[in-house]
Amino acid sequence: MITVCFILLLIGCFMCLYRIMVGPTPPDRMVAIDIMGILVVGFCALYSIRTGRDFYLYIAITWAILSFVATLALAKFLEGRSFDE
Amino acid sequence: MKNRITQFIVFFIFWLALTWPFNLQDVCAGALVSLIAIGLTRDLFPEEMVKFLNPVRVLWAILYFVYLIHYIIIANFDVAYRVIHPALPIHPGIVRVKTSLKSEMARTMLANSITLTPGTLSVDMVGDNYYIHWINIFTDDPEKQRQIIISKFEWMLRRVFE
Amino acid sequence: MSDNVAIGFVLVGVIFDLLGCLGLIRLPDVYNRLQAATKSVTLGTCMILFGIFLEFGFTSGGIKALICALFILFTSPTAAHALARGSHVSGFKLWEGSVMDKLEEDKSKEDKGE
Repeated sequence: MITVCFILLLIGCFMCLYRIMVGPTPPDRMVAIDIMGILVVGFCALYSIRTGRDFYLYIAITWAILSFVATLALAKFLEGRSFDE
Repeated sequence: MKNRITQFIVFFIFWLALTWPFNLQDVCAGALVSLIAIGLTRDLFPEEMVKFLNPVRVLWAILYFVYLIHYIIIANFDVAYRVIHPALPIHPGIVRVKTSLKSEMARTMLANSITLTPGTLSVDMVGDNYYIHWINIFTDDPEKQRQIIISKFEWMLRRVFE
Repeated sequence: MSDNVAIGFVLVGVIFDLLGCLGLIRLPDVYNRLQAATKSVTLGTCMILFGIFLEFGFTSGGIKALICALFILFTSPTAAHALARGSHVSGFKLWEGSVMDKLEEDKSKEDKGE
């Protein structure tokens, strides 16, 4: 059952990759990057349920924080402001 | 001083949750680390958190959370319907909605709630006005738009924050 | 019993994730995509993490899954708001089938006033 979940999430990631490659404007690509960051958190969670170990969840928390900061930095870049503002 | 105490409680609970099956050693280290963190983040912590020392507000906040989750689930079925439907039934646009909330934190929570509820996404905020991207505009009347989008959260946020 | 409920939560969460990604492909412009993707993927990943909480119970791993779910629930709308604001400020237009754009009207009014 967990294998089916892995395959479905992988299909979702490929959809995001399609949008990153094709997306006509820069914001489209940034949205896809943001969404893919959250999907990777889901991947870490599925690994932890498959192996029964909890240290994958440490990776999940860290990844969630870093992906949030990265998205905010991209959004500031889009607005044309400098980072120390 | 009250502000610092609230800050200490929040940090300490977060530390205990991170080191969940905790013993005496963890609790002592947590108290020390929370004190250091208060010194470092003194200006970043929102002043309004002091209000949560009142247990009635905490109770309303938990009720608000349950209420929000109910709307998030409705929103997801709405999105699923629009995405799967072959003809894409959308009439998108940006509308302007005026809020009567005064507190900064209540406004932030309202903007986050708007993003998670059916068919709306907050784009910008100028003064008292929210600019909201709505995926299916079916009325032009500003008062009606206000009722549909934000009235369902405003009465509850007023109990939590004001 | 509890095991089956946990797997059910994970499966439903994954299906919501997949629907969000489908919205990312099918909808026409950046704002619509942001809407569909943010809502569905946030709830989907939170449901996966909640399923893991049900599986592990009140152990070290279960509590961490809850913290991660709460964190995503609070930060993902903020990120979506920042991206939407950024793309509107830098001048990316709405889809041509859009009904109205009050923000654009108010901005151009302000420019004329000055």
